[in-house]
Amino acid sequence: MNFKRVTLFAGHYGSGKTNIAVNYAVKIKEAGLDVCVADLDIVNPYYRAKDSEDELEKRGIHLISSVYANSNVDLPAIPQQMYSIVHNTDTYAVMDIGGDDRGALALGRYAPSIKEENNYEMFFVINKYRPLTPDAESTVEVMREVEAAGGIKFTAIVNNSNLGEETTAEDVLSSVSYAEEISEMTGLPVKMTTVKATLYNELSGKIENIMPLNLQHIRKYD
Amino acid sequence: MAEKVLMKGNEAIAEAAIMAGCRHYFGYPITPQTEVAAYMAKRMPKIEGGVFLQAESEIAAINMVYGVAATGKRVMTSSSSPGISLKSEGISYIAGCDLPALIVNVQRGGPGLGGIQPSQSDYFQATRGSGHGDYHLIVLAPASVQEMASLTFKAFNLADKYRMPTMILADGTMGQMMEPVSLDMGEVETYEKPWALTGTNMEREHNIVNSLSLVPEELEKFNFERFEKYKAIEENEALCEEFMMEDAEICIAAFGIASRVSKNAVIEARKQGIKAGLIRPITLWPFPKKAFAKAADKVKSFISVEMSMGQMIEDVKLATECKKPVTLCNRAGGMIPSPEQVLEAIIEANKGGDK
Repeated sequence: MNFKRVTLFAGHYGSGKTNIAVNYAVKIKEAGLDVCVADLDIVNPYYRAKDSEDELEKRGIHLISSVYANSNVDLPAIPQQMYSIVHNTDTYAVMDIGGDDRGALALGRYAPSIKEENNYEMFFVINKYRPLTPDAESTVEVMREVEAAGGIKFTAIVNNSNLGEETTAEDVLSSVSYAEEISEMTGLPVKMTTVKATLYNELSGKIENIMPLNLQHIRKYD
Repeated sequence: MAEKVLMKGNEAIAEAAIMAGCRHYFGYPITPQTEVAAYMAKRMPKIEGGVFLQAESEIAAINMVYGVAATGKRVMTSSSSPGISLKSEGISYIAGCDLPALIVNVQRGGPGLGGIQPSQSDYFQATRGSGHGDYHLIVLAPASVQEMASLTFKAFNLADKYRMPTMILADGTMGQMMEPVSLDMGEVETYEKPWALTGTNMEREHNIVNSLSLVPEELEKFNFERFEKYKAIEENEALCEEFMMEDAEICIAAFGIASRVSKNAVIEARKQGIKAGLIRPITLWPFPKKAFAKAADKVKSFISVEMSMGQMIEDVKLATECKKPVTLCNRAGGMIPSPEQVLEAIIEANKGGDK
């Protein structure tokens, strides 16, 4: 896989951006490249990239995250270190953008530099099983809102249609046409389909460019 | 809609409320419940008659709920712990006027401003009426995103049925976690509301909604009548889930996310040969007293697993009439107990023998 210097994951709230961003960074690292993950989520109080920090550091991937992430301080803050993403062009960067247009607002201040460097990919993460984006029209509407708020345009689509732990291969297969319809409407290619690791074998060969999500950052209670 | 969707607990509450016929939402943002308001802000303008209003404060929001409730329309507000304290004056007025409304509390750690991590330390506040005066709320405690939806739907039916405010007592984890949900909610129950302020059209005597009584004898009468109703609710509406209780010797009491952690511990204890079981109250008020009273005659001891300094434990002791020892296994301040911690408590209780 060819990686751009900066990879951005954005999309609808709860579409699975954080999980994919973390796994994608591991992929870049495994290709022998120096990479860091940037948590730009200013929306979520919990379930953030911070949950995967130990797993990332173990693999030599640095996480740039607000010191307030996962703490009791309810501040939509972004650390100054975040500027290294655009200034330090020797290191690959994966950016996890908060959900919807509200989340994408935080991207605005970095967008001009990213566009100027022009070595980026911005993925629109989609999940047809989210109730407010069940069809192509509503999903594309969210996409335009995110682009307007973030000041930068998407370059490809990542189909992450899933029902959490209960996801079956059939659920993923039946989302392919949804992803293709969005692709057709927007002219953007479907870069990959992401699936939980246990579905990977069953689905490989049936869908192009499948990426298993080996790292699960979700906290487990049962 | 029988097909499943992937939702956050907070979103499930909002969507289920809309499905239950709620067209009026008044709120004020606070973590970790803000997605309820955010979802309503997106959905309500697209629904006929839908009103989403972000009030200037929690106090304003609850009084808007009070106003709509008086017209007999389904209405709700949501907040998290400190916000519920602010709303509690209004909740007392709503209870005093015998009005149906839904109040959602997605709890966070306290007291005071506390923190934003999940907690269950508003149990007393919820089950003892929250504001001033003698009153109860029907309090439902979901333990999955599915129940965030189904119990919200049920809460609207119960509120109308008994003409009183109901509460969803969730916690930050339940609000933030994502799980698949079926939005197949069943029938919206409809009730006659001859008391509602809908305009007389000069065709009937006007209705009065008021919690002020000038005559103490009358106010006393209203209180007694209200408690007759509460008695019927305690008799008919208590709900709980029993897990591995048939032959249990150690009984865990836990609700919400703590019950899911506890279930894990029960399964692990069984693997180690310890007969553990779980009673999960689904209604916190009315408390499922009968299930606990029955268990008290069979088990060796009880463990109350709570994300507080021990609040429900008092109801467990009352329901079991202190026939068996009840110990506390808890975390507080936004922390969640681990299955290992609960398992340890089970092993410890099992050493205790038959006291």
